[in-house]
Parts: sequence; structure tokens; C-alpha cells
Amino acid sequence: MSNSSQTEESKEGNILPSSVSQVGIVTKYEISNYFRSRRFFILLGIGLAISALLTFLIAHYGVSSFGTTSLDFYSGWWGRSATFIVVFCAIFFGGDAISGEFQNKTGYFLVGNPIRRSSIYIGKWFAALAASLIILGVFTAITLANGLYYFPSSVPYQFEESFVFTLVYLISALGLTFFFSSLFKSSSFSILVTVILLLFGFSLIEELIFVFAHIEPWFLLSYGSEIVGDILTNPYPQHTIQTTGFGPGGRGPTFTTYNPTIPEGLAIMLIYFTVTAVLGLVLFERKEFT
Amino acid sequence: MPSIEAVNLSKKYGSFTALDSLNLKIEGAKCVGFLGPNGAGKTTTLKIFTDMIRPSAGHAMINGITVHEHKRKALAHCGALIETPEIYPSLTPSEALSMIAELRGVPHSDRSRRISEAIEEVKMEEWADKKVGKFSKGMKQRINIAAALLSEPDIILLDEPTTGLDPRGMSEVREIVRSLKQKSRLIFMSSHLLNEVSDVCDEVAMIDHGKLLVYDTLANVTSKFSGDGSDGSVEIGTLRPLDEEILKSNVASIPGVLSFERIDVKNARVRFSGGPESQERILVALVTMKIGLISFRPSSSALEDTYLNLIKDTL
Ligand SMILES: Nc1ncnc2c1ncn2[C@@H]1O[C@H](COP(=O)(O)OP(=O)(O)O)[C@@H](O)[C@H]1O
Ligand SMILES: [Mg+2]
Repeated sequence: MSNSSQTEESKEGNILPSSVSQVGIVTKYEISNYFRSRRFFILLGIGLAISALLTFLIAHYGVSSFGTTSLDFYSGWWGRSATFIVVFCAIFFGGDAISGEFQNKTGYFLVGNPIRRSSIYIGKWFAALAASLIILGVFTAITLANGLYYFPSSVPYQFEESFVFTLVYLISALGLTFFFSSLFKSSSFSILVTVILLLFGFSLIEELIFVFAHIEPWFLLSYGSEIVGDILTNPYPQHTIQTTGFGPGGRGPTFTTYNPTIPEGLAIMLIYFTVTAVLGLVLFERKEFT
Repeated sequence: MPSIEAVNLSKKYGSFTALDSLNLKIEGAKCVGFLGPNGAGKTTTLKIFTDMIRPSAGHAMINGITVHEHKRKALAHCGALIETPEIYPSLTPSEALSMIAELRGVPHSDRSRRISEAIEEVKMEEWADKKVGKFSKGMKQRINIAAALLSEPDIILLDEPTTGLDPRGMSEVREIVRSLKQKSRLIFMSSHLLNEVSDVCDEVAMIDHGKLLVYDTLANVTSKFSGDGSDGSVEIGTLRPLDEEILKSNVASIPGVLSFERIDVKNARVRFSGGPESQERILVALVTMKIGLISFRPSSSALEDTYLNLIKDTL
């Protein structure tokens, strides 16, 4: 009998693939599952609807609504919608990725096999990323098509950076939703939690901090993701902006608005990803399929 | 030689003990029935063997390898069907099985042959390329069985494989299990149905309330627990509610009767010794008593009595 834990030869001639290959196999089948799901097409529909709406509005009201430069155009189009698309992908493909395996009992089909739970988790994560990239890819293509139509000469380099930041945000947001999905055993509950957090929670907390705490919300993923839009403004917004309001007796209180710097934004997103990925994997390893 | 072993295996859910220091070693190519009433701890045991849940104490080993510590190695030669898993509704049986085949490293050259053989074995050829989403529970269970057999493992764990199947499906699945036996494998199949176990298995391990009651060959279990074979029991059913007090003394006075116990308001079990002669005397006496006797069903076998006796004692 061999002592190797990587490949295990059986007398039937089966050679157990390595855990890394098993990740690839899970990804492959999960992708075909995602691409046939109603969810994927709903999200594709949402992406196309947003694109169509923007295309129509620009055609109707004129490209100058966004400003005069090509950067203004990409800022108005991409800067406002890309993070929204990312949040939708993360919720749709990650919100119940793991909890659904429990609730629908589909997880029971795989876990009894010689495969690490982490291979299932990671394989599903890559599949969710692939499905999200298709949606994001379609949105990017339509953005570029419009951009090049109105500003044929060039695509500003900031758009490329913004695109990369969007990918980092997608990776991080999917890590977060996968983590939440491994926290619960109910699909709808874990989707609800991620929806509340990503669509309202983060911005609400940011708002509260702005009003009451007056500190930089460096611990919020949504704050880190602001670099996606910020990079498209010229000049890049200052890290802190002081504004003084006007109260009844003249000068009111002074507020500080924070904008993440690019290294800061990237660090926030990558740390979120790392922490939630580790926690999610540990949770899933320990979860009981009762 | 294939083997599975539970060593002091315990599982607690909160303060409830579902499995209580189970010790069981099964070795060699044979079919062992894991028999126990609902809630006995069968599924709990099999889930620990497949690392779906962790034991609270003790460990489970497959071919001498501790499952929880070396899951991939331990399960490499083990196919399992625990409860009734669901398959992604958008996949077809062929696709779902090829996912399992790939994950388990079935050689590429063999894959399609093994998949079609497995599908044939569970009689799902017609449905091989239809989406699983619309399948009935029984059809899905057949695919699950196919998935457990696909990699031709030397150890097969089946948790009540006939649940959810119609009578014909049940007998087909038993036929499949019987045919697997010829291929020198260790099969460990749980069931709450005595006749299922006595039909297909060579040995039986009985469990109740998380404790192992007995593990032996069917023949030994029967002879060990049922004396000289002339003991038996009948279940009686009546039209009117039974008056336990009166009946108990009346029935107990019939020669040969060992015990009388009420199952519910209109059903009771009578144990007796003295073979068919006693059985006839009891029937005649019960009819004469005019208690509204409408059924008189002798337990089918000594094994059934053993089973009922054993699980009664652990109540
Ligand atoms: N997740 C759980 N939480 C609490 N109790 C459980 C859980 N799963 C099973 N049990 C209890 O453990 C006992 C054994 O269950 P199980 O192994 O499923 O029995 P069997 O398969 O023999 O019918 C039962 O009393 C059941 O109620
Ligand atoms: Mg069970």
C-alpha cells in the first residue's frame, strides 16, 4: 500500500486525483450548473437592462450629460454601475452558495466522496467567479462600445485601472458572500443577510460614522471599493475633505469626508477577501452534515 | 481484505446521546445488515464513517484508516449512499455520474462504460440524458445508488437504500445489492426492515438507542436468542378496545403462553412456547373469549422475534 496522500491507487485502477485537480473538476461542473440556472439569466437580464437604460439615456439626452471628456463618460457610466453589478453577482452567485448545499441537500451528493470539503468550497467559488465574469464581461463590452462610439480616439488609462479594481472588488465581495453562506444552513436566510449587508448595511454604517463618529471607515468593504469610481475622477479626490456647514447662528459644524487612497482601497478589499476566505473555509470544514 | 471498524464511537447532539460507544469490526467480503428501528443511530453511524459529521468520541476506520483524519485516503475505496442526497437539478444523470467518476479518478478510458453500466444497473437508461430536476424521489435514489457503485469500490455503505422506492423499486434494489455480493465486496447496509436484511445479508448487526445489541451471522443470532425454535409470538388485532386487565389474566392462563403485552388500544402481542400446537390453542381460546378478534398474525420468523425482543429490552 502506498503512503502517498496525493494519489491513491486502488485495485480497480482508479487513481484519486489530487485535491487541486478536484477543485478544477468541481469548478467545471459547477460552471455548467450556474450557466443553466435561472439566476444566471436573471442577472444577465439585469446587466443588459442597466446597459440598455444607460445607452438609451445617453442617446436621448446627449453624451454631455456625463461631462465633456472621455474620462467623464467612463466615470458617469462605469463609476456608478460597476460596483452595483459586482454586488449583484456576489449576492446571486455567492449568497447561498454553501447554505444552499445544506438546504437543498445537494451537498450530500459530494461530501461522502474522497474529496476535501475545501476543494468543494474553492471549486464552487471559482465557478461563481466565472459566472460573475461573464456578466461583468457583457457589461464591460457594452460600456466600451458606447465609449468608443462617442470618444473613438482612446480609452483613458484610468478606465483600465478601474476595471482591475472592479475585479478585485468582485473577488472580495464573493469571498464575503461565500463566508456568509457558510455561516447558515438556510438559503433564503443567508441571501437575506448578504442583501441587507451589501445593499444597505455598509452604506448605512458609513453614513452613521460620517454623522456621529467622524472617523475614517477603513474597516468597511464598501469604503475600499470606492476607488473603482474615484480613479475615474480627475483629479483623484483628496483623502480628507473638510466641509463646514451653515447652522442657524452662522457657521455650523465641520464635517470630514474621507476618500480611500488607491493602496488603502486595494488593501481593504484584499484583507476582506483573505479573512473571509479563511473563515469561510474553516466554517465549512467544521460544519456537520446532520 | 476490506474492513470497517467503529471504536468506542459516540455522538452527542447537545445532551442527547445518539450513539453510545459503538464497537463494531467488520472484515472481509460479505454483506452485513445494520438493523435497528427508526432513530436507533444507523444514519448517525454511517455519517461518521463518511466524515459528514464528527464523532463526539471514538473513531471510525475504513481499511484501518481513520476517516476523520485522512478522509481522502479512507474513502478512496468506499462508495456510500447516506440518506437521500439531491443532485443539481440542471444536471442529467450522465453528467452527475461523470462528475463523481472524475472526482474519484475513474480512468478516462473506462468512464463512459462504467457510467452506462451503472445507469443500466439501476434501470435508468431511458432517463440518462434528462435533467434530474423533474425526477421522482425514487428515480433520484436510483441515480444515487449508481453513484455509490460507479467507482467499483470494495466497500459499499448503504443507508436504507430502499427508502422512497415503490415495492418494485425496493425489490430491484435488493436484487442489485445481492448481485454486488458476488463481486467480493464488503457491503454494510442499514435498514429498519427485518425482511430486507434477512433477504440479502449474511450477517446482522442490531442497534437500538445508539448501542450495539448483537453482531453475528443471521443463523447464529436466530439460534442464540430464540431457544429451541419452538417459541413464537402472534400479534392479535381486535374490533373493540382491549381490556388489558381482564385479558391479561385470561390469556396468561392458556397453556403455553409466556407473556401478553398490549401494543396499542386494539393490538397486542402474545408470546408462547410449544410450537404450532400452542398457537392453535391460543387462537381457539381467543375466539371463544369473544373479544372481537379480527386478526391473528404469527410473527414471520424466529429472527423477527429476536429483533423485537432485543429492541424491547433497550426501551
Ligand atoms: N441533528 C440532530 N440533532 C439532534 N438529534 C438528532 C440529529 N440527528 C439525529 N438525531 C437523533 O439521533 C437519533 C439517531 O438518529 P439516526 O441516526 O438518524 O437514526 P436512524 O438512522 O437509525 O433512524 C435519533 O433519535 C434522532 O432524533
Ligand atoms: Mg436513518
